[in-house]
Amino acid sequence: MQRHLISAADLTRDDAVLILDTAEEMARVADRPIKKLPTLRGRTIVNLFFEDSTRTRISFEAAEKRLSADVINFTAKGSSVSKGESLKDTAQTLEAMGVDAVVIRHGASGAPYRLATSGWIDAAVINAGDGTHQHPTQALLDAFTMRRRLIGRDAGLGQDLSGKRITIVGDVLHSRVARSNVDLLHTLGAEVTLVAPPTLVPVGVETWPCEVSYDLDSTLAKSDAVMMLRVQRERMNAAFFPTEREYSRRYGLDGDRMARMPEHAIVMHPGPMVRGMEITAEVADSDRCTVVEQVANGVSIRMAVLYLLLGGNEPAVSHTRIEEK
Amino acid sequence: MDKHDQQDTQSDARPVLEGPDIARVLTRIAHEIVERAKGADDVVLLGIPTRGVFLAQRLAAKLEEITDRKIPVGSLDITMYRDDLRMHPPRALARTEIPGDGIDGRLVVLVDDVLFSGRTIRAALDALNDIGRPRAVQLAVLVDRGHRELPIRADYVGKNLPTSLRETVKVQLAEEDGRDTVLLGAKQTQ
Repeated sequence: MQRHLISAADLTRDDAVLILDTAEEMARVADRPIKKLPTLRGRTIVNLFFEDSTRTRISFEAAEKRLSADVINFTAKGSSVSKGESLKDTAQTLEAMGVDAVVIRHGASGAPYRLATSGWIDAAVINAGDGTHQHPTQALLDAFTMRRRLIGRDAGLGQDLSGKRITIVGDVLHSRVARSNVDLLHTLGAEVTLVAPPTLVPVGVETWPCEVSYDLDSTLAKSDAVMMLRVQRERMNAAFFPTEREYSRRYGLDGDRMARMPEHAIVMHPGPMVRGMEITAEVADSDRCTVVEQVANGVSIRMAVLYLLLGGNEPAVSHTRIEEK
Repeated sequence: MDKHDQQDTQSDARPVLEGPDIARVLTRIAHEIVERAKGADDVVLLGIPTRGVFLAQRLAAKLEEITDRKIPVGSLDITMYRDDLRMHPPRALARTEIPGDGIDGRLVVLVDDVLFSGRTIRAALDALNDIGRPRAVQLAVLVDRGHRELPIRADYVGKNLPTSLRETVKVQLAEEDGRDTVLLGAKQTQ
């Protein structure tokens, strides 16, 4: 029996819609004076973060605590990992402690998959971002935000994103957010266009279920949502583009460009935003920008995923594709 | 009740309450609520999904006829509060909708179709705890089939239906199933 969430590509359309619908009910809990449910009482969840990410960690932590799970936070810095302990040893330590789920963030692509399939540990494994590979809960919260804004909170229940046109702009090469979103949005029926400088488009992108364009201006007018990616300075170890100003001029979203988008279209960003480079302050602060909503929706989505994977004696989300591997 | 039971219930089940009977018992329960609450001034009806919600809406309509006042009605999903969550795969969540004025200081009447072990109602009481502090909580059910596992008793009962554990009780309502009826059938041993 598999009970993991490793990649957005593992989710079927029905699974993804079930997660979005469940998250909609979880979001109602956030409107209550007492934001807590007893659902995961007595379950222990470890947030295993080998890479820094305050935003994702506190989002998972809030979701876990709202479902009454016992939460252990583990950061690699200052732990035995920095003394040379392997992933396997860490996993076996957690197994010995009787952990029910591990939320893992790792700099190496594939680390969560290894943890889930190597037999080191029985716990459910949830990928909170691995290298440049996947970040499935981010893709789910983005899809949730799009469904709410483009279809509606109640009208969206049971619906996918068929016919919606989504443009993802920026550093696709290093972005697990872009990969996860392309997989999930395709499953949900949306048409995805990636826009990036040719140097920041990964090799093999032609096998992805999406279009690729090098020209932002030509895609804006037909986009229902434009998702800006962060330019990851820490990964810019080669000359991917001439200057920041050049990048900003061709791929940055400013007020002029936003005005050319359809009236209902939204601007998304996974955060943290680098204002002035990929997005101007004017756009970031406008009503059409959903960055703050995405953060709130992240907690609801993570509650839904934790409930569906851990709430019963077997997960409600099927992972046929993982089992086939 | 799993699919197996439902099929079985439909094949050799006999009706114990038909449409007009259900309308009559709901009218009686509405009058009892008005009598006990001395006018139903502060009554809030909360149905437990799925069929409890339809019953709550029907009761609210009857209460409005009697008292000439709008009665707030909502739904309370208790899935996340069940004590058997770890014994089954997780269920899809239903809608919780609390009327705008909340439940603080009000008389909340929980409405469900069948009262059996009492565990659903225990979960509902827990759920209410997280939403507010009612003045009092009462329970109205269409059918009480016995076999309680917890010290819980309904305030308003449509029909007491002594059953054996080898039997199943299935409530069908027009809103969900196309007709109003309560069916008593034999549980098939698997």
